[in-house]
Amino acid sequence: MSGATAETEVTITHVVGLHARPSVKLTKLAKTFQAKTEIAPSSNGPWVDAKSIVKVMAMKVPEGAVLHIRATGADADAAVVTLRGLVERDFDEGGGDEG
Amino acid sequence: MKDEQIFRGTPASPGFAGGLTYLAGHARKGHYVRQKTGDAEYAHLVWAIGRATEDTAEMMLQAQGDAADIIEFQLAMLGDDTFADSARVLIDQGAAADLAWSDVLDAEIDNYAGSEDEYFRARAADLMDIRDRVLGMLRGDISEAVPSEVIYIADDITPSIFLGHDWTNGGIALRRGSTTSHVAMLARQRGIPMVVGIGFGEIEAGAPSLLDAQAGWLATEPDDSTVRAWKDGWADFDEEAQVASVFAAKPARTSDDYPVTVLVNIADPADTDHVDITHIDGVGLMRTEFLYNNGLPDEETQYKAYCKVLEWASGKPVTIRTVDAGGDKPVPGFTEEESNPFLGLRGIRLCLANPEIFAVQVRALLRAAVHDHLKVMLPMVSVTEEVTEARAIFRHELKELKAAGIPCGWPEIGIMVEVPAVAICPWRFESPEFFSIGSNDLTQYVMAASRDSGGLAALSRVDNPAVLELIGNVTRCGKETNRLVSLCGDAASDPAMVPLLIEAGVTTLSVAASRIGAVKAAISKVNFSRARSSRERRQF
Repeated sequence: MSGATAETEVTITHVVGLHARPSVKLTKLAKTFQAKTEIAPSSNGPWVDAKSIVKVMAMKVPEGAVLHIRATGADADAAVVTLRGLVERDFDEGGGDEG
Repeated sequence: MKDEQIFRGTPASPGFAGGLTYLAGHARKGHYVRQKTGDAEYAHLVWAIGRATEDTAEMMLQAQGDAADIIEFQLAMLGDDTFADSARVLIDQGAAADLAWSDVLDAEIDNYAGSEDEYFRARAADLMDIRDRVLGMLRGDISEAVPSEVIYIADDITPSIFLGHDWTNGGIALRRGSTTSHVAMLARQRGIPMVVGIGFGEIEAGAPSLLDAQAGWLATEPDDSTVRAWKDGWADFDEEAQVASVFAAKPARTSDDYPVTVLVNIADPADTDHVDITHIDGVGLMRTEFLYNNGLPDEETQYKAYCKVLEWASGKPVTIRTVDAGGDKPVPGFTEEESNPFLGLRGIRLCLANPEIFAVQVRALLRAAVHDHLKVMLPMVSVTEEVTEARAIFRHELKELKAAGIPCGWPEIGIMVEVPAVAICPWRFESPEFFSIGSNDLTQYVMAASRDSGGLAALSRVDNPAVLELIGNVTRCGKETNRLVSLCGDAASDPAMVPLLIEAGVTTLSVAASRIGAVKAAISKVNFSRARSSRERRQF
């Protein structure tokens, strides 16, 4: 496996933050990539497996927080761009929901 | 006959129910049988997680919408190896599978329960659900069969218990619980009455009880008068629900087509979830006490909460009240213990006595004022000097923010009229840009009758002529000096009081979110020109 690493940062604009439904979407999407994908509240970490809903939820990322995304592996670039896109699109939700 | 007991809490899903109390936790617990080796323990745990996942997936087949989202979230949590891996470590150290699993989940539950964020705090119930379902598989528990048409009482409730039961004609009263839990959301959608935070008073199983999830109380062994209040409340609720659905979306107009402004009161930004902004003219009172529930909030937390509501209001005015701590709203590290708190150091008095604490809120407000359209009001003002002093703090902080290059703006600043000293001669107060009448406090101060004392309900009435006279005095001053006067107490939400308030010259009402339709319906029955002429006759 190639050791390519990609990293980016994006701001969470979802009304409540990285809550249940967005977290499920994020982890599902992360699992579609071979690359090891991780997220963190800052570039210094702590880095957390983006494929684990338990770990992603436990970060309790609030609205307005900056999320750092990085990936290592063959499709690292695509993983980072795709995950970033999901956050930028507000997890494809209209916002204002409670769930 | 046993004595009546009332347990007050917070409404999480409005509605009414009556029935016998049912105390949760009557599931028959099985016994866990240990396996011979650590590997077998772990394999047993994996099997139990698998079975729990299957059961959850089965619930998914019948679920739709938000219920499906909740179950999908739980499925994702169950499908994640993180918990099993942590449990494996404990099993390898000699722990039994059931204890290892509950230790791991309990730590995670504590972690969520201790979160500062209400949303994440509410997720603890989801994790309890996952914990219990796997434990049930390991121990062979027989799951709890909740009888129908009961008032279900528990510390908290899991989505699977909620979804696994038909709640028709029943209700839920939680000792802890949260208005933002998944179950609260589902209960609102399905119209199941639910009250949270009723506390840990002793409740007998099988006691006849009434639940008023509109006002937020549970009564066991209710007295005749409580039964009457509950019946009346329910009848009003049903009628309101009918008229409200018709009127909520319409503009508020009197029978002779005079427009009345209807604003909403909010106590927490989450309240906006239940209000369609297109149905109202703005926010007449945003309380900020919720920010102080866990001690003093920092500037950023406040700023974000204000911005959230301003953004939701999309340019309609949002009137934020500076913190009204003290009275019946103590805040540790801020308010002082007093023998007579309603006549003590509360509202603006407390803020001016603690300018360094007040300044944090002022900065957050000034920063939020760059967004359209923020108004700020000061509670419990009694003398003009308080307004002057408060405005000086706003000016000082504005200068500091500007010097630091932080974007900020200057909001309109008005005052609450709740102390008779203001209501009697509002003309003396020249600098406030608007008045908002706090009719609850004004009434209790005019009538010298505590609003918490049930026995004084006959005295503590906003329709007392003296109270109405003072309200009329304030609206007259507003008209003469060209300043907006609104009213944001409970009376604005009471269809019976609305005609009297309009007669007293109030044409801007700030009401509870659940009463928007009912208030608009009440407004539609008022003849404005007749109300105005009867007002003139009475020389208000």
